[in-house]
Amino acid sequence: MRSRIDIEAPFKTRVKQAVADPQLADTLTRATLHLKEQKRLSLEELEAQHLRDQMRQMKAYTLRNLPELLERFEHNVVMNGGQVHWAEDADEANRIIGELAERHDVRKVVKSKSMATEEIHLNHHLEAKGITCVETDLGEYIIQLAAEIPSHIVAPVIHKRIDEISELFADKLSMPRTLDPQALCARARVELRQEFLSADMGISGCNFAIADTGTVCIVTNEGNGRMVSTLPRVYVAVMGIEKLVPTPQDAFLQYQSLTRSATGQRVTVYLSMTSGPRRLEDVDGPEEFHVVLMDNGRSRMLADGYGESLMCIRCGACLNVCPVYRQISGHGYGNTYSGPIGAVISPLLSEEMALNKDLPYASTLCGACRDACPVQIDLPKMLLNLRHDLVSGRNMPGAERRAMQGFAGVASRPAAYQSAARVARTGTRLLSGFGDRNLRRLPPPLHHWTRHRDFPPMAKQSFREWWTKRSGTQGSAK
Amino acid sequence: MQHKKQFEQPPRRVALFVTCMVDMIYPQVGRATVQLLEEQGVEVVFPEDQTCCGQPAFNSGYHDEAVPLARHFVDVFHPLIASGQAEAIVLPSGSCATMTSHFHLELLENDPAYLKRSEELAAVTFELTEFLVDVLEARLPEAQLPGKVAYHACCHLLRELRIDDQPRSLLAESGLDMVDMTGSDECCGFGGLFAVKNEPISVAMGNAKLTSIEACGADHVVMCDVSCMTHLQGLLQRQDRRCRAMHIAEALASRHPQANGELNTATPAKAPDTGDRPRRWQDVGTD
Repeated sequence: MRSRIDIEAPFKTRVKQAVADPQLADTLTRATLHLKEQKRLSLEELEAQHLRDQMRQMKAYTLRNLPELLERFEHNVVMNGGQVHWAEDADEANRIIGELAERHDVRKVVKSKSMATEEIHLNHHLEAKGITCVETDLGEYIIQLAAEIPSHIVAPVIHKRIDEISELFADKLSMPRTLDPQALCARARVELRQEFLSADMGISGCNFAIADTGTVCIVTNEGNGRMVSTLPRVYVAVMGIEKLVPTPQDAFLQYQSLTRSATGQRVTVYLSMTSGPRRLEDVDGPEEFHVVLMDNGRSRMLADGYGESLMCIRCGACLNVCPVYRQISGHGYGNTYSGPIGAVISPLLSEEMALNKDLPYASTLCGACRDACPVQIDLPKMLLNLRHDLVSGRNMPGAERRAMQGFAGVASRPAAYQSAARVARTGTRLLSGFGDRNLRRLPPPLHHWTRHRDFPPMAKQSFREWWTKRSGTQGSAK
Repeated sequence: MQHKKQFEQPPRRVALFVTCMVDMIYPQVGRATVQLLEEQGVEVVFPEDQTCCGQPAFNSGYHDEAVPLARHFVDVFHPLIASGQAEAIVLPSGSCATMTSHFHLELLENDPAYLKRSEELAAVTFELTEFLVDVLEARLPEAQLPGKVAYHACCHLLRELRIDDQPRSLLAESGLDMVDMTGSDECCGFGGLFAVKNEPISVAMGNAKLTSIEACGADHVVMCDVSCMTHLQGLLQRQDRRCRAMHIAEALASRHPQANGELNTATPAKAPDTGDRPRRWQDVGTD
């Protein structure tokens, strides 16, 4: 029932578990190709490249002016009657939210889908205080029932088939097994309705927030975001500092880019905008509105030359085109954020880059992500830079370094290179039994190649030998 | 994006950077490249001190190790271009073309003297199909390969160099029996050291590609890089699949037996079996 991938296991183990699951890649391929096609169709309707250029300019402007925009945002939230909290890291964010919950005697929290709170493991923190957290996004609700973590930025439960969900509902909610999605959905709705009405605090993430108006925006299709932000007494929005946009016009630019890139929708069913707590004349809304502005490594990313990755709008488009993601699923990445963007920001968000040193290498650098990105983030370039940082920080095995140094030493000297080529030829021809047969077993570390693939022996006559011979017979210049 | 030199007259002499893998493992691809260029009346110069572009080191993050190779490339090729002994550099690889004309510039960023020369080289460096189509506007003699042929777009070629129409149009006009392959622009899973470091993912991605190959019924899947070709061919052979991976130069240079000259290098495979039973790769014929 649980995902077959153990998030706590080392990267290589997670990969093995992922590729050993015969249906996982099929499920993910079908789902991601569907999303990819929806995105393509919806972007065909407008000048997609123009939208990408506008987005990039807007995000670059925002990052350049981030300190000023953050202060403007804070000022406007406060003027609207809300409160702003600054959290330098995950611990501080958890502490702030925990204290708010204690101050308001909160017993139950309802949450709208939020990657930011996943990033800081907020639920664990609140549950340790005896507070019940209920995820109300259908996908997140399923994930919570299964005691897993989201495997996709937009579609957290993309790795599960409907029969697995049916099994889960039968097990956890004592529901008769059914493959009817509407019946499953209706059951979750009944469960969740009780939770909305009995919760003391609503917590959401934030898709974007408007500096000029102090408005937090959340984009949903299920309406749970609106209930979380209006029904409970206290509403807390947790956002990374990069989620800011300068103006309402920019917000709608990003909204358009986000919905079309994420699911191919022109608009989502809901766009919930909160600019403050309930006012005297309002019939509903929270009594208190809090925004937690979270850094958690983001300003360090900006300082270390990875600021471009903060332009990400979390649409998931790079996951949907990534052939690696399709094979190992979000859980293979072992972090809150998966896919190409996850491979870039997970090592940067974590204190020790070395903890996630496998992720920058978990890419063929095929570039499909860069082409899909609505903000044109150069993800392959950032993965290359991270690899260089890892090598410079001496995080890679010594044997690999020595091999690279040896390779460079030989290949920068033509005579040494040609001798090495002759040695390699003799070696591979010996291994292939002096014939042209393919090599089926190579010594470590190249056994990783030959376990599932043949390798050709070196040619009897190299190109340069052929060329020399031909030049000799033709008497032409080299 | 590098700014490519516009030639007033089509270049008559080009320097061939054959790449290390072609030199050592696939000389027939180098010979086919020479054939295609010479058929167009272009004289090929082969600087014998050439080695490797340094991509394995650069891609894995070993910049210090890759820098001497970037310098060596400049040392070998710049004198030829500067002296007019060759007007362009042509190479039968999208990946190595990306390395020499994009990433070398990054590596040599802090070395103004080398950077300038590297930039001059980048402006006249062309991947083979790019050179044939964009520079020479070549019309190739008819190619001769039995069976159906599918094209696989290698990633660096497609998404770093933005070269896609060139190989596809050469193939479309080659007389070969081309078939469309679903997901022809999906990565095959090679990725350089990725293929070894992340073997299970690499193999799974390759197998996904094999499924597409099988579905389109191709007897040959052709591409512009021998690295991706080695990966796919390795899988095809290990699994005794019918299809064979081939470099585009070999496919385009394959000629009818009557036209068989010294330069004709690609040995045509036997006519495809129409039976239902998938044939073993070994039955198709080898070089």
